[in-house]
Amino acid sequence: MSNKNWPLWEVFIRSKSGLHHLHAGSLHAADADMALANARDVYTRRNEGVSIWVVESKNIVANDPSKSEEFFEPASDKVYRHPTFYEMPDELSHI
Amino acid sequence: MDAFEKVFEAKLEAEEKIEPKDWMPEKYRKTLIRQISQHAHSEIVGMLPEGNWITRAPSLRRKVALLAKVQDEAGHGLYLYSAAETLGVERATLLDQLHEGKAKYSSIFNYPTVSWADIGAIGWLVDGAAIMNQVMLTRASYGPYARAMVRICKEESFHQRQGYEIMMTLSNGSEEQKAMAQDALDRWWWPSLMMFGPSDKESTHSAQSMAWKIKRKSNDDLRQQFVDVSVPQAEYLGLKIPDDKLKWNEERGHYDFGEIDWDEFWNVIKGNGPCNEERLAARVKAHEEGEWVRDAALAYAEKHSNKQKVEA
Repeated sequence: MSNKNWPLWEVFIRSKSGLHHLHAGSLHAADADMALANARDVYTRRNEGVSIWVVESKNIVANDPSKSEEFFEPASDKVYRHPTFYEMPDELSHI
Repeated sequence: MDAFEKVFEAKLEAEEKIEPKDWMPEKYRKTLIRQISQHAHSEIVGMLPEGNWITRAPSLRRKVALLAKVQDEAGHGLYLYSAAETLGVERATLLDQLHEGKAKYSSIFNYPTVSWADIGAIGWLVDGAAIMNQVMLTRASYGPYARAMVRICKEESFHQRQGYEIMMTLSNGSEEQKAMAQDALDRWWWPSLMMFGPSDKESTHSAQSMAWKIKRKSNDDLRQQFVDVSVPQAEYLGLKIPDDKLKWNEERGHYDFGEIDWDEFWNVIKGNGPCNEERLAARVKAHEEGEWVRDAALAYAEKHSNKQKVEA
């Protein structure tokens, strides 16, 4: 029996023009062509997409969730990045 | 309780999902791997009893529908194996466990499909029972499992309708066709109720799974819910559910129903059902006969990538 498995790929699908590609799931495939064909066959059987990206899972770099607090900390105390931080008089409109 | 566990418990409490790289108790991980892989195995073993009728479907309409349903089951298996793999186990390992008889799958697929009406009864009752369980699991605490369930539930609804439509056609047909439909209901009713697992008193994993919010409803509650929705559907077909104790209980607001034959239930789980051996043998055969395809695809991919390297 062969001990080598087909690599794992992540599948991203654009459901219609104008929208982002979103992560749909993953699958195993021997190469990129097969990954695309399999993604079409399992993730868009009911017209769920107009465009598919596949990328080998090992090529995805992610932050460490156990350190996510300090990783995202720079944004947590910057309320002035939000429009609601600035007080506007009620009589003003279109701003 | 250490700091990691406190974060985990707080997430469960706040109804936040647990995601693959988050810290989780080893037992939670193991429970999920066991449950999700059993669920995945059930999807692909479930292709066998129905695949049995694809070539003999009574019309092209029925044939394309059944083919699409069985194809969906393969997809559902894939979603679920993928969800299990996020927990750090390889799909090939899970498949080996299935083929070596070390892993379980839903006992319902160890019953034979002897007539075309069985395809109707499976879609209506077996998929109906599965949907009830799976709708609950869309709220499971583990993110990848819950997301796979959302996808599966969307697709599963067509399965149940195509089954019920078959039952409607047979029930409105000739006397023989109606008898076929009744016979299928007689044989599939009790095994369908067994799909919800042992009674709450006997269920070893239930309490912990509920505490971890993997399960949201108990086996007995889901079973009751299934009986309550199925009775009017059977009445509409003009078929009789094979249970003399089945009766509306005004006080409870639910149907009372008879006791499951628990000896049969445990016996099929232990491997002595009508088709246990046949199902496993068919799975192993398909896997072994597909080996050269898997190897060839890999060899082709390697050769191709080497060639690209040389050209570059």
